[in-house]
Amino acid sequence: MNRDKRLAYWRANLRLVALCLIIWFVCSYGFGVLLVEELNRIRIGGFQLGFWFAQQGSIYVFVALIFFYAWRMNRIDRKFDVHED
Amino acid sequence: MSLQALTYLVVGLSFALYIGIAIWSRAHNTGDFYIAGKGVSPVANGMATAADWMSAASFISMAGLIAFLGYDGSVYLMGWTGGYVLLALLLAPYLRKFGKFTVPEFIAERYYSRTARIVAVICLIFISFTYVAGQMRGVGIVFSRFLEVDVTVGLLIGMGVVFVYAVLGGMKGITYTQVAQYCVLIFAYTVPAVFIAIQLTGNPIPQLAFGGEVANSGTPLLDKLNDIVTSLGFNEYTSGTKSRIDVFCITMALMVGTAGLPHVIVRFFTVPRVRDARVSAGWALLFIAILYTTAPAVGSMARYNLLETIQPGEIGAVDGSLAYDERPGWFETWENTGLVRFDDRNGDGRIQYYNDANPEFAARAEEFGWQGNELSVDRDIMVLANPEIAGLPNWVIALVAAGGIAAALSTAAGLLLVISAAVSHDLIKGIVAPHISEKKELLAGRIAAAFAIMVAGYLGFDPPGWVAQVVAFAFGLAAASLFPAILLGIFFKRVNKQGAIAGMLTGLLFTYGYIEFYKGLFLKWAGSPWGTNTAEHWLFGISPEGIGVVGMTLNFIVALTVSHLTTPPPERIQHMVENIRVPRELDEEHL
Repeated sequence: MNRDKRLAYWRANLRLVALCLIIWFVCSYGFGVLLVEELNRIRIGGFQLGFWFAQQGSIYVFVALIFFYAWRMNRIDRKFDVHED
Repeated sequence: MSLQALTYLVVGLSFALYIGIAIWSRAHNTGDFYIAGKGVSPVANGMATAADWMSAASFISMAGLIAFLGYDGSVYLMGWTGGYVLLALLLAPYLRKFGKFTVPEFIAERYYSRTARIVAVICLIFISFTYVAGQMRGVGIVFSRFLEVDVTVGLLIGMGVVFVYAVLGGMKGITYTQVAQYCVLIFAYTVPAVFIAIQLTGNPIPQLAFGGEVANSGTPLLDKLNDIVTSLGFNEYTSGTKSRIDVFCITMALMVGTAGLPHVIVRFFTVPRVRDARVSAGWALLFIAILYTTAPAVGSMARYNLLETIQPGEIGAVDGSLAYDERPGWFETWENTGLVRFDDRNGDGRIQYYNDANPEFAARAEEFGWQGNELSVDRDIMVLANPEIAGLPNWVIALVAAGGIAAALSTAAGLLLVISAAVSHDLIKGIVAPHISEKKELLAGRIAAAFAIMVAGYLGFDPPGWVAQVVAFAFGLAAASLFPAILLGIFFKRVNKQGAIAGMLTGLLFTYGYIEFYKGLFLKWAGSPWGTNTAEHWLFGISPEGIGVVGMTLNFIVALTVSHLTTPPPERIQHMVENIRVPRELDEEHL
């Protein structure tokens, strides 16, 4: 594996990490903390949306994000031929 | 069968199961003992991580904490789950690729320094002992309430069980017992929650019942709860009292602290491949999320049930408050433990429960002839009393006892193991006696684990007054010291020994100093002689619970600045960093 390919692999990883961390930040700190009052004006069932994100939604997003990252990284590993086995 | 006999039976069976697993999965070498021979499947590791992570505090205290805090309790829900995203994306796969035994070992090799290793060991031991003391205390509480034995006897039994499987089995034994413990604890947690959800809203799924309508009323649960709490002078359930910056910082400190906790990180050393480490974090969080999304639902329903019981009629009307003689059975049971207390201040034989710290409502209450709040409820009983409040059969109550003990034991075992590994592998093998044989190191690990159990037992028997306070410290410390050192070690090749050590010490001393200043942890255990612990005195309005974020930021700044002013790390270290960034092993010629 040459240097250029290694750098390209690392950049692809960093881009994916950055994307995931933006979603992570927006759904927890954004919707659950900073914008909570604004979102609480919107209702979903018996929930105020901001409150729902703070106590339920953010956690669902976290779980989905990790599986998404693991799945995408496996594809990137294969693309750059650095996967295990 | 009586409740007590049933509880003995269920708890006894669960102990027999844990010990059976420990004997089946004994450790034969140091690889088994420290990292379960790297042979754990990602799903099993996810379950073990979940049991490791969810402590007595998560199982017993969290729902009650949220019940009384409402929205403000969100900091714990987001803070103790969001850290797994950081772990999966930024740390776990690379540390697994590094492929050694302990967290201080990574820091020592990456920063080619024994000093760095010692600093890391000190952080690790402090964080872990803080935690373990709380677990042992949880074991004592559950034993004394459900098995009606003396707290000391309960502690000794708990220590004995952990001793058998941690000392015999090491990481391998712990991992498979934790899988069993997860099953026990999650079943024990969700069964009562489902029944309460059905009783209250008709919907069996607590996460949906949380946003559902109270049966036969047409009003959503949370709206009804908001009405009741505000009409008794409490703060609205769905909105908070903390400032936004403080909520932000506490959540961040808990998240980053989670990702920096050694007993969590080391779990990802046990899976066979890098890709397993990534997906295993997802499984871990999924298993954790089952409890963490149920907890706020349980909290809101428990608060609602409590208020409906105490205040069945119109507020202010004479017969609106519950007559003390008509109190339900669970009320009496928990009164015996002292965790529920009634003090009939106005002598009317009825229970008035309201927020007498709210001056506006206190004035109204006085017109009703109320003379102050008469009921105090310890938040810890919310989960433990739930099956009784919901009128569930005795076997469910017995199961909750076994679940609480499982949660406490699994976390204690994980913590004891990282302490023993830090002593036998990092201090003895790494620094004092590098040429020690593997057999002797394994023996040293077992002795260290046994010694750690005794210290933990002592801390649980005679808990220092500051246990609750130092939990914030443990997270702050992990966030300000270990997390940045590991992250920089992976993502910034240029960071060197001088930078990392300076950064860790800055983060550590700043965070310790700030908490000491406002809380007086060690020098003066009850309160601080220097700073008043209120919002207007805090730096930028950040409470000591959230200050780890500032400590972390300082660590990053100092580490990067010092590194750029001093010589870069040697070439072999840069190669090592290149190598851990890629799942497959790189050949020398490609570096």
